[in-house]
Amino acid sequence: MLLALLALALVAVVLAAPVAIRVARGRIEAARAARRPWEERPLDYDPGRERRAEQRARQLLRSCVNDEEWGMYRDLGFIRVAGSQPRGRGITARRNTDDQPSDTPPYAYLLYPHKPIVAYVPADGRLLSEYCVEFPDVIGGGRTRLPASDDVLAKWMALTSDETRVIGQANMHLVGRQLDPARVRRDLWRLSEWERRRAGSAEAPRA
Amino acid sequence: MKPGHGEVLLSEGDPSVSEDEERLIEEFRRQLEEGMWAAVPTSKSGSGRREALMVRDYADVPPGAERVIFFPRAAGG
Repeated sequence: MLLALLALALVAVVLAAPVAIRVARGRIEAARAARRPWEERPLDYDPGRERRAEQRARQLLRSCVNDEEWGMYRDLGFIRVAGSQPRGRGITARRNTDDQPSDTPPYAYLLYPHKPIVAYVPADGRLLSEYCVEFPDVIGGGRTRLPASDDVLAKWMALTSDETRVIGQANMHLVGRQLDPARVRRDLWRLSEWERRRAGSAEAPRA
Repeated sequence: MKPGHGEVLLSEGDPSVSEDEERLIEEFRRQLEEGMWAAVPTSKSGSGRREALMVRDYADVPPGAERVIFFPRAAGG
């Protein structure tokens, strides 16, 4: 009887072993995956330093762009820059028509931190392309990246000084590869509302 | 602009003082050799619009410029 029970227990162990091994492997993999984000961070990663860097970056950005652009970034999280070329890369926007204000550029860009630059037509809100561009850490071997506000400032400086070069070096895609078109359209609506409120407060009579 | 650090002051001085200017030129060249781009923020008088001027040589820095900002070169992402 005892021998039969031992034999039965042995068979049960042999049958359960593959399942137990599979479960154990899964748990080990899950534990490793949970550890990876920390392992990939540089050894000298300091969240306080990152926060201070972002604060400095915001001050630098504010000192470079005008009040409207700073307010846009502070309130909406992105900056709009007017396109300066009569016909940009991949852009078929028309020049101003009679029903457009004369100061409306034929196309413009939205600059988001650490996301592609989006080109669109301000007159009708049509999304044109997204330009994937980054400013890699050439000295540190790419381990770290610019603070968010520095990334926006780098895009702003590159676009306003040499639009052709920066757009020429970017990887161009249709909108939707990295950015959600619905979100960009919502941002354009937020921008128009923001501008309407801003114009309203500027025109409001002072007491 | 330094990744992971933000704004870092590299060098400062009065360009009209030759000793300072030499130091500024040396730092300017060093940054460009390390692969950085250099830009000077400028204002368009009257319009309130601001933009940047990319400079590839120290001699291109507009007289009276308060600062030159170095930032990593753009690359396709």
